[in-house]
Amino acid sequence: MSQATLRVQKMSGHAGSVPGDDAQREFTVCKLIDTTTCIGCKACEVACMEWNDLPFGETVFDNTYQTMPETRWNYWNLILFNEHEKEDGSLMWLMRKNQCMHCAEPGCLAACPADGAIVQYTNGIVDFQQANCIGCGYCITGCPFDIPKMNPKTNRVFKCTLCADRVSEGLEPACIKSCPTGCLHFGSKEDMKDLAEKRAKQLRDDYNFPQAGVYDPAGVGGTGVVYVLHDATRPELYGGLPSNPSIPWSVKLWKGPLKWLGNVAMVGGLIGLFVHYLRFGPKSREDEDIHPRGENP
Amino acid sequence: MQATRRDFLKFTTIGGAAAAIFGFDLEPAYAQLRVLKIARANETRSTCPYCAVGCGTIIYTIGDRAKNVTPQVVHVEGDPDHPTNRGTLCPKGASLEQDILNDRRLLKPQVRRPGGTDWQDISWDQALDEIAQKVKDTRDQTFIEKDGKGNTVNRLETIAWTGGCTDTNEFNFLVVKTMRALGVVHLENQARV
Amino acid sequence: MTNGWVDMKNTDMMLIMGGNPAENHPCGFKWAIEAKRTRSAKMISVDPRFTRTSAVADLFCQIRAGTDIAFLGGVIKYAIENNRIAKDYLIHFTNAAFVVEGDFKLPADTDGVFSGFDAERHSYNRASWNYSGGKPAQTASTAAGQSAAPPPLPPLPEKVDYDLTLENPNCVFQLLKKHYSRYTPEMVERITGIPKEEFQKAAELYTSIRKDGDMKKAGTIIYAVGWTQHSFGTQIIRTAAMLQLLLGNVGRAGGGVNALRGHSNIQGATDMAGLFDSLPGYLKVPTPADSSFDAWMKRTTPTTSKPAPWNSWNYYSNTPKFTVSFLKTMYGDAATKQNGWAYDYLPKVDRDYSWTHLWDNMYNGLIKGMFAFGMNGVAIGPDSKKNIDALKKAEFLVVGEIYPDETSEFWRSPGISQDEMKQIKTTVYRLPCAGFAEKDGSFTNSARWLLWKNAAVPTPGECRLDQAIVAQIFLKVRELYKKDGKFPDPILKLTWGYTDPKSPSLAEVLKELNGKALADLEDPATKAQIKAGQQLPGFAWLKDDGTTACGNWIYSGSFTEAGNQTARRDPSDPSNMGVHPGWGWSWPANRRVLYNRASCDVDGKPWDATRRQIWWNEGTEKWVGNDVPDFKADSHPKDHMGPFIMNAEGVGRIFAPLGAFADGPFPEYYEPFESPIQNPLHPERTNNPVVTGLKSADDKYGTVKDYPVVCTTFRLTEHYHYWTKNNPMNVQLVPEPFIEMGAEMANEMGIRGGEKVKVSSARGEYIAKAMVTKRIKAMMIDGKKTYQIGIPFHWGYRGIAEDEGKTERMMVNLLTPTIVDPNAHTPEFKGFLVKVEKA
Repeated sequence: MSQATLRVQKMSGHAGSVPGDDAQREFTVCKLIDTTTCIGCKACEVACMEWNDLPFGETVFDNTYQTMPETRWNYWNLILFNEHEKEDGSLMWLMRKNQCMHCAEPGCLAACPADGAIVQYTNGIVDFQQANCIGCGYCITGCPFDIPKMNPKTNRVFKCTLCADRVSEGLEPACIKSCPTGCLHFGSKEDMKDLAEKRAKQLRDDYNFPQAGVYDPAGVGGTGVVYVLHDATRPELYGGLPSNPSIPWSVKLWKGPLKWLGNVAMVGGLIGLFVHYLRFGPKSREDEDIHPRGENP
Repeated sequence: MQATRRDFLKFTTIGGAAAAIFGFDLEPAYAQLRVLKIARANETRSTCPYCAVGCGTIIYTIGDRAKNVTPQVVHVEGDPDHPTNRGTLCPKGASLEQDILNDRRLLKPQVRRPGGTDWQDISWDQALDEIAQKVKDTRDQTFIEKDGKGNTVNRLETIAWTGGCTDTNEFNFLVVKTMRALGVVHLENQARV
Repeated sequence: MTNGWVDMKNTDMMLIMGGNPAENHPCGFKWAIEAKRTRSAKMISVDPRFTRTSAVADLFCQIRAGTDIAFLGGVIKYAIENNRIAKDYLIHFTNAAFVVEGDFKLPADTDGVFSGFDAERHSYNRASWNYSGGKPAQTASTAAGQSAAPPPLPPLPEKVDYDLTLENPNCVFQLLKKHYSRYTPEMVERITGIPKEEFQKAAELYTSIRKDGDMKKAGTIIYAVGWTQHSFGTQIIRTAAMLQLLLGNVGRAGGGVNALRGHSNIQGATDMAGLFDSLPGYLKVPTPADSSFDAWMKRTTPTTSKPAPWNSWNYYSNTPKFTVSFLKTMYGDAATKQNGWAYDYLPKVDRDYSWTHLWDNMYNGLIKGMFAFGMNGVAIGPDSKKNIDALKKAEFLVVGEIYPDETSEFWRSPGISQDEMKQIKTTVYRLPCAGFAEKDGSFTNSARWLLWKNAAVPTPGECRLDQAIVAQIFLKVRELYKKDGKFPDPILKLTWGYTDPKSPSLAEVLKELNGKALADLEDPATKAQIKAGQQLPGFAWLKDDGTTACGNWIYSGSFTEAGNQTARRDPSDPSNMGVHPGWGWSWPANRRVLYNRASCDVDGKPWDATRRQIWWNEGTEKWVGNDVPDFKADSHPKDHMGPFIMNAEGVGRIFAPLGAFADGPFPEYYEPFESPIQNPLHPERTNNPVVTGLKSADDKYGTVKDYPVVCTTFRLTEHYHYWTKNNPMNVQLVPEPFIEMGAEMANEMGIRGGEKVKVSSARGEYIAKAMVTKRIKAMMIDGKKTYQIGIPFHWGYRGIAEDEGKTERMMVNLLTPTIVDPNAHTPEFKGFLVKVEKA
């Protein structure tokens, strides 16, 4: 395993300072997803699977073009399809690529107790280090976008890496490269925000979408993935994109004023985990794979 | 209020996350990244075999063309130089690796004999000999030199060729050459339908 | 495509109809999106279903499958009435001003048919479909119909009567105006189901590029098999072409009539004439009535027909050069002037041997043996059961494939018992071929670009290269004919000079396609010389005296003395207009936009100075520019040579004279063969009058009484034809077949998404889960509530899901009818009738 050129600026569950923090001049990378030019072709889904050599899984027809109900530990990139009837009776078929948002203030990282299981590189990519993961699943709770997923067999959590292996070598992420219409774009956060704002303006000026805008929620410090939406006032139309995502209060609290409480609560946490196991059992494969869910109506 | 699994985990987060402070040092090394899997792979420029956009693809294979290596595909990606696709691929093009490395591929000649209920293996030589003989016999028995009005027609109506649209121009020309030479008139192609 | 994929970025307006490029050509569609992003171009999607394309379009109209001519005819009427036409272009670059013979009659005046209809033979005597003009030229300039022996037609007049004011009541423009005056918004609504307000919105938007006749903007029409697969498919495309001529959009960057072809080399396969009715480069096959090579040439070489003061290059006047060179490639020294260039070796064709007839002829016992290479005819249909029944009657079938397919396993298709299987006498050989990554060679994309590809990996197992298999079969047959056999000459004398005859190098074949000099040649004008044996620089060098050989004239220039031009990979684009002249090679002569002379006004100045393609350079007295001129390079604008150099007239045909089409010089709206209503234009003449069905016991056609629902078949972006059902990644994306139906219909029938439904037609049935969606609405068709459904076709009885028992192991084409377009012979896979039940 090569040592990457990327340095770590934030690290989960780490006592003391983070070696890479403040040690590298680097720009923040960002993915722009223009939902108004997404055709839901799923090239990004396939590119992700192929680049990361993820194993193929079972799917079943579920009255939708959507590949599966939600992302899986081995399916990190999923386009959500939604049919939306506008007030004037005309139809919109909204497609949104869903994946890790690479938050500037990642809830998963904040929630993770395992030293170095979740890191944030100086370029903003939030990456999981499965070797350090203890399988507690707190990152799943900490994520306001419901992204990290547990591999029930190895009890390790996985999600999109923003192709950190490619980005560290100067390549764009696999999904970005594949996108046929160019609704996916990659560059510095600054450039992507600029491009997104220009596109939103064009949609307002030339295409009769007065509410068009950019999604880059402040509640998580902004995201490493920004969306252009036809209607930025209603992100929930796009497969439940949260309007104001934030890190769960529980995570915020312990990271902040109640940090000391952790000492006490740790034991409780372990007991809780045990109780959870007794009550729910190990996460089942069925649970992972198949959720019948009608797209509409 | 019924606690959901999510709420439950939210709660336990507080506890578990404290592990670090308690000194559970799990000794993280540096963050590790996968090596770029195509870093030293061999690149071959090809064209996607599916639709007529004709996207440029790069097929990455192991080995550096050294004699002692049988190339094996490790990845397929769009060719960023190709003016049409500029590196992009659709979900079919992006999965071409699974087409090249596919355990459903036919690997040897087979024959199903009259009345047969299954395939049997057959050698290439025997298969091609039998096919050639059938073509010869059929042609000799049914070749039409003149039509009812006495016009020369020199055609073979009893053997048909149906061709797909994902093989090369050059292959198609060889088909036209050979089939027209035999006198084949039932010469059709996916291009029709 | 007249234009190209990248050229779409130059457009201001897109009408996407009969195609769903976001679904089927995503990477080409990027340039449509690019036009939206960089030019704020508008996109109109007209489709039976709200598709992935519709999702990013600016206007969507849900149309009843197969009613496109009514829609487009309505747009033509709108454009004319609202002065949204390109008047100068129309007068000078089309036949709008040509006067048509007095005895020509429109369907409005002759009970729904054009003049000359022969009701008994279901065909037209097309003599009256002609221009009026002085002394007739010597021969007919257009080859006649494809099916039966063509009745002799009068020629086109050498000097055509014309009226540049366009006021002559019998000029093409006035006839056009009169013909489509019946296509009112109300009529469009009755036929297509599109409310007239919505139709008018679409007509207004599309024609807005030519507001008050301003010529700066360009609009493109983009289509695919949603237009070709009808019993009047050619005429739909013609209506689009006429609309584009009317708006002056042909030949222009960002304009054109753009067919998006569905397979990687479907363009090349068409160019190469793997089709019964043509020879490479769209040369017409000889008929038995062509008693000699000269007679064949006389019939198929057009003579010029134009207004006297104008000029026409009439490039097909070179037909003998192309043909002799082709025959020299085929038969080398055995093709001599004395034997008519081995004319007798060519099979003569006077019947319809096209796809559906091929299966019919096998069904009826005529065909004994069939080769199917990369061609899954059982799944492709139409009427898959008939194709299975036909194969049962064949003596042998040779399948070349990379995966197990439906065709090679017809003898154990679902429903055939072991006992029945034992009765099937067909011998089936299944030969393992090579995948795309294992072969080199060139593909021609939809934009006519040839690009060479390289082999990346060796063939697995015992697989062989397809070209090697064909070569080896041929050489074995030839060996047998060396001893004895009927008419062995064409087999024995076919040229086969490849370095490795058993596995011809494809580069050598491409050189053969390009052509070479057989003797020393000199261009009389430039004194340029080519030595015998050298590769030709292009088709302009071809000769009809046997001194050149060329396998396919339109590919001449692809492999010259400078090497393999299709392997060029210079991505640069100096004009930034998506021309990329150094990338691969485009036929003809590396021209990227066809008819590009029409991008300039009569004086040779670009209509739009910001999108300059070619122009007349006064200084050098030459046509020059960013693209290769598709025109005679030194023809001065004052000579008034027409830009449409492949037509005998030199101009675009709004009126298609004589034998050009079997079913009318103007497109008229007819209902699909199986239709839910009588034709509102002329109820007594509902269907295309020249279309008849086949007669075997398997050819059944239904009526609205039993089958009230309109059905169309379609592709998904996640799958490719019957291929990716073997690919685990694609199968994960869409694991099962389904049937798409509107929520209103489903509610009425009590069907919920995911429940199984059975769709039946007069031919067969198909069972799959229902996809209930808001994206298909109920329609009012001629006042009657009508439902439409759509079925993706990617499944059969061999594939990952099929073999795991996750599907019903059926093909959609069990439903489709053996009805074909009378010009292109393409089956009507779209817009047939079915009934829908809970399964």
